Amino acid sequence: MAQAAVVAKPPAPPRRRRASATPRRLPYLLIAPAALLMVGFIAYPVISVFYYSLQHFNPTKPWRNGFAGFDNFTHAFTDDPMFWDTLVFSGKWVVVEVGLQLMFGLALALIVNQTFVGRSIGRALVFSPWAVSGVLTSAIWVLLYNSQTGITRYLADMGIGTYGTSWLSDTSTVFPAAIVADLWRGVPFFAILILADLQSVSKDLYEAAEVDGASRFKQFWHITLPHLKDAIVLSTLLRAVWEFNNVDLLYTLTGGGPAGETTTLPLYIANTSVDAHNFGYASALTTVAFVILLFFSIVYLRLSKFGGENK
Amino acid sequence: MITKEATVIVPTPVDDVPEPPRPTRKQRRAWDEAPRWQIYLPLGIYLVFTLIPFYWILLFALRPAGSTSLVPWPMTFDHFDKVWTERSFGTYFENSILVGLATLVMTTLVALAGGYALARFDFKVKRAFMLALLCSQFVPGALLLVPLFQIFAELQMINSLGAVIIAETVFQLPLSMILISGFIRNVPYSLEEAAWVDGCNRLTAFRIVVLPLLRPGLIAVGSFAFVHSWNHFLFALMFLSDQSKQTIPVGLNTLMSADSVDLGALAAGGIIAAVPVVIVFAFIQKWLITGFSAGAVKG
Repeated sequence: MAQAAVVAKPPAPPRRRRASATPRRLPYLLIAPAALLMVGFIAYPVISVFYYSLQHFNPTKPWRNGFAGFDNFTHAFTDDPMFWDTLVFSGKWVVVEVGLQLMFGLALALIVNQTFVGRSIGRALVFSPWAVSGVLTSAIWVLLYNSQTGITRYLADMGIGTYGTSWLSDTSTVFPAAIVADLWRGVPFFAILILADLQSVSKDLYEAAEVDGASRFKQFWHITLPHLKDAIVLSTLLRAVWEFNNVDLLYTLTGGGPAGETTTLPLYIANTSVDAHNFGYASALTTVAFVILLFFSIVYLRLSKFGGENK
Repeated sequence: MITKEATVIVPTPVDDVPEPPRPTRKQRRAWDEAPRWQIYLPLGIYLVFTLIPFYWILLFALRPAGSTSLVPWPMTFDHFDKVWTERSFGTYFENSILVGLATLVMTTLVALAGGYALARFDFKVKRAFMLALLCSQFVPGALLLVPLFQIFAELQMINSLGAVIIAETVFQLPLSMILISGFIRNVPYSLEEAAWVDGCNRLTAFRIVVLPLLRPGLIAVGSFAFVHSWNHFLFALMFLSDQSKQTIPVGLNTLMSADSVDLGALAAGGIIAAVPVVIVFAFIQKWLITGFSAGAVKG
């Protein structure tokens, strides 16, 4: 019977897609340019980093070049205090920076999501630093932190800090100084991401809660926050990766100094390869950084349920 | 409260009032209506933090060298003159514009093609390709400087703007393609199919039916590519050694790393760096908030 039913079915009408005479390889042709660029300039470099991490390779010391096995890695983990320092600083930088950005960004998003007079101009002004580049941020904060004519002089007038110190060259102040400079640019970005998600909260929920007599704080805790959870988790992860990789700001603001105090792992890698020409060792350090990033990306893919094609 | 219940319970004449009247401010519900000071006070404090740095750089750019006045008066444009000619920011500006525009065009075209394939077809390597796109967002260009340098050296492209343009495009592509495929998915397929029935081929149908609807999305993605490459620093620093080839961020870094920093020139250079970005964002902010974040966060 089942077979008969199948036979009885009228032949499927020719699919309309065929009307456009689409060759089966069209999708491949369309992704080819992107795929080629990404293979040539992302995949191949990544593989060559893995290769060089197992080599001694330094163009200025060619007599030592050759297979190194795991020497570079052993050196990093057992013999290079600078590596550990930069790893610890990277962690500290990411946790403090992302934590504060989340806190202030969430607060800011909640505020500018309210209805009030001057909201659109308020939003525009509050969000304005997010398009400013890392280098320009550095330039601005170099002006602010300057010991002679910077804002620090006026803060000293008010009893905050002392005259004549440059916050960026003092080991006790450089960390908060760099953190504040990066927050200035990073908070608006977080706020924008959260604000976008806030706008999709259904107003009915609040009305229902209102009817039930829930306080504003309770509404925030039981409606807003659960709704934002996904967006918060994913933006925090992405932001953590971006802050880990953020080289522009620290490179230009502090140069990793004073005395290597603000050198993150990527900055150390850049210095090792660019200044010291120790490509083999830099590649091994890069591999370590990749492992850390891989961990983050697996978590990210898990949480974002990979692809989201059905959305 | 009484008016609110009235609008809910008593059916209003349909022809007169199609919608319930908008509640006045006092009638709005508490979730919408935090006390004013709870909005303006923190917002004001945060605005001070946001705006003082902007004011500071304007101040330094506009007041004469050596002045310690807190208002830019008497105003002078000497710093701009100096930085534009003596510090070759004129040349940097041209280079940055060139890199930015070329990156914009390349990123948009390549991402449009790939994004269309991802949105409209099922093909064998699609899942793998999506995975590669997502993962490559975690591969920072900063960590690949050395191998990229070697590749461009091999291609004889060191010290050519082409190297920077390619590198910027490549690292913009994954996100741009994910975003664009999302925008295309929002355009109903039936619109395209209708155009085929009317005798268009796929390309024409795409051009006259889909492309106009993608305009806001493409503007967002294109501007983002432009601004990103305008702002980005490391590739230009690494791949361009000739001073006449360099871009604005490299110029700013040179000013900053001088032994005695010329603060006026640095401020003026910073303003020059900011102007195009400010203009672009003034135009596209509303699209970025909705389109960009929806695609970026939800993958």
